[in-house]
Amino acid sequence: MSASTVSRRSFLKVTALAGGGLMLGFHALSKDSGGLLADEVFAPNAFIKIDGAGVVSLMAPNPEVGQGIKTALPMLVAEELEVDWAKVVVVQAPLNTKDYTRQVAGGSGSIRSSWESFRKAGATARQMLIDAAAQTWNVNSNECYAEKSFVIHKPSGKKLGYGELAAKAATLTPPADVKLKDSKDYKLIGSRIRNVDTKLIVSGKPLYGIDTKIEGMLYAMVARPPAFGKKLKSFDDTAARAIPGVKNVVTWENKVAVLATSTWLAKKGREALKLEWEDDGKLDTTAEMTETFKKLVQQKHEQPKRNDGDAEAALTSASKVVERVFEAPFLSHAPMEPMNFFAHVKDDGTVWMTGPTQTPARTRADVAKALNIPEDKIFVGMTRQGGGFGRRLQSDYSVEAAQVSSLARAPVQVIWTREDDQQGGFYRPMGMYRYRAAIDKDNQFSGWYLIAVGVNQGNASRENAFPAGCVPAFRIDSHNYESKITTGPWRAPNHNFIAFTEESFIDEIAHTLKKDPVAFRLELLDRGKANSYGKIDADVDRYKAVINMAAQMGKWGTQGVNGIYKGFGAHFSFGTYVAQVADISIVDGKVKVHKVYCAVDCGKVINYAGAENQIEGGIIDGLGHAMYGELTFDKGKAKQTNFNTYKLIRMADAPEIEVQFVKNEISPQGLGEPCLPPISAAVANAIFAATGQRLTKLPISLQPLTVGPKM
Amino acid sequence: MAQYNLTVNGKSVSVDVLPDTPLLWVLRDELNLVGTKYGCGIAQCGACTVHLNDTPVRSCSLPVSAIGNKKVVTIEGLSEKGDHPVQLAWDEADVPQCGYCQAGQIMTASALLKRNPKPTDKDIDAAMSGHICRCGTYKRIRSAIHLAATKA
Repeated sequence: MSASTVSRRSFLKVTALAGGGLMLGFHALSKDSGGLLADEVFAPNAFIKIDGAGVVSLMAPNPEVGQGIKTALPMLVAEELEVDWAKVVVVQAPLNTKDYTRQVAGGSGSIRSSWESFRKAGATARQMLIDAAAQTWNVNSNECYAEKSFVIHKPSGKKLGYGELAAKAATLTPPADVKLKDSKDYKLIGSRIRNVDTKLIVSGKPLYGIDTKIEGMLYAMVARPPAFGKKLKSFDDTAARAIPGVKNVVTWENKVAVLATSTWLAKKGREALKLEWEDDGKLDTTAEMTETFKKLVQQKHEQPKRNDGDAEAALTSASKVVERVFEAPFLSHAPMEPMNFFAHVKDDGTVWMTGPTQTPARTRADVAKALNIPEDKIFVGMTRQGGGFGRRLQSDYSVEAAQVSSLARAPVQVIWTREDDQQGGFYRPMGMYRYRAAIDKDNQFSGWYLIAVGVNQGNASRENAFPAGCVPAFRIDSHNYESKITTGPWRAPNHNFIAFTEESFIDEIAHTLKKDPVAFRLELLDRGKANSYGKIDADVDRYKAVINMAAQMGKWGTQGVNGIYKGFGAHFSFGTYVAQVADISIVDGKVKVHKVYCAVDCGKVINYAGAENQIEGGIIDGLGHAMYGELTFDKGKAKQTNFNTYKLIRMADAPEIEVQFVKNEISPQGLGEPCLPPISAAVANAIFAATGQRLTKLPISLQPLTVGPKM
Repeated sequence: MAQYNLTVNGKSVSVDVLPDTPLLWVLRDELNLVGTKYGCGIAQCGACTVHLNDTPVRSCSLPVSAIGNKKVVTIEGLSEKGDHPVQLAWDEADVPQCGYCQAGQIMTASALLKRNPKPTDKDIDAAMSGHICRCGTYKRIRSAIHLAATKA
């Protein structure tokens, strides 16, 4: 399969192929493409198709951004269906809200929300195939069982393949209630299954949104405001239109799009536009925002996000108050595949779209609004995505593609440059967090008061995160700073920085009380469980178990052996408990992270191969941004416009990582996000152990370090 | 516009493009070889890496007019059936998350192994330093390179 130009009629099929599937795609949405499914014999639900030859196709309904869901969700179906995984074909489904729920890559929620329903889909089909075989042999169904795509009659040993049974099974009514397998009988769930797309990825097959191509498609680059707070005043496209290959220039709202026969020509055309911009509100500068935040964190907010006991009284009566202010920079998501989307607004009133999106339903709804076209005329296919990290939860770039196509009356692919997304995207909000802890006259940790400041969000905290419920007086306030700089969720929203601040501050309180930081966390959790200070979201015993596990893995208790210093961090998010120990040393005044030990309780693990990859990736991601990530603005204009200045972690900085899971039978929880938050604190706490210096501002690489061991 | 005759994956091809068009966009838009990826456009991320006379280069920053008669090999031409030892090792080590950067990583890794069949961790760090994997699969990339070294 190559991305060679194809006719419009083949669009659906090509979209499916580009989406990583191997045979079909849009059938559930469009009668046009029904013919593609000529061989389908048994399709008891929207997850499974079995043809007469026994080929089992399993649909992967959720957007794949690298979190491994295209592998994991079909595993759930396959487990109950009793098929030979080696013979399964996984097909990326398009947006289809009739048959699927929650086609979203976000909130680490795909497995959590699909754990029951996907297994039931597989079990239903299995039962129907068993019933079909039993009827064929005229025996009782309960004398039969399914294994590796065959139904076997236990007493006689007779067997029939799923392909042979498909036609008969298709005539049966699906059973209303099916029995799910006992977990001890799992063959796939809890095993190690490789990424289903790897062979296509490593041979350069067209899989990603940016690879989409159809006959007559134009490439578009869009001129957007050069700073947040600017708008388009006027433009002259004479020079742009004079470039051979530039086919059209369209404008709407604050944007001008140049359409051409290649990406490069579209870029040249955009460069040739004469654009004039004017101010449209506040032009924010991050250095000035910092000064404003410093004032805001000194101010009480009258509506606290959480308020157990009386934190102010605890501080007033304290014999000692520990105080720290932490600063978080803006971060770009910077997924490797830049923003892009294909759209064709056709003359018949339908809209065909495909591309990388974490929220296809939002794309459809927002395109419907923008173009005033009913949602049932809009079809959204999904491709494999070169990362997301929250950026593709937004619909700005897909709506933009639909608007360009609508204005130009042509099939278009809008492509953003890296610089475009560093300026015109959505960012992890900058923030400031002022913590105060009260130590009472008995040398007990008696009060906690956080005043947070965030950008464009009513709550910059995670008010129920540890140590909430473990301190007699606990209060969190949050101030909002409105900015024209657009912000949005970034992998483990708010958790990604809250964990750095609270876990650093807990470490500091422990040291103030001359307690071991790990023992102190365990003591606090015990205290929270024994008292009713306030609600504790987490299960205290599971939290303690991962803390103990990580401490044991990381040989907690030793510092400075061979120049290695250890730091601890733990965090509970998306239903998952994570604790980490970071081993670091200071080399020539710089931090070197050697190894990270990570203990995880995410409930039942579906796919150990994918789960470990997510954990390793989450740690590297969290570490990389803690070390280097910083996006600053000068009068609304981003200063770090590409990877030469917006630094990301590279191989030489990637530490060894050791992962252990708590083994249990609890329903699976999130894994794409929870391993990222604790690492920055684990490293910062190790830096404290090594130098006696508390890092309160990220990124670490930009903070001058006091060299030399403290102890 | 000007005509350029290139040798890509062993085949002679001809394209009519502006002289400053980066090889990346010639491959992707003119020749439909979309395995070579755009990531940054300034030779910082390595997603666009191809071989030019066996040497890994960043195709996003290489104008088509500078190629002359040098041979271009892309990820699609690394092996006929996707079974180059490095490609096999990438699957066996289950490297990719999103996978977008991996074609570029593989092109550099295969060039490394050609000139240094048994690289050390340090050799690998140095060779792969021009690549970014935003998902953080570095540990697996390293294992896959060591694994490929045993296959060649």
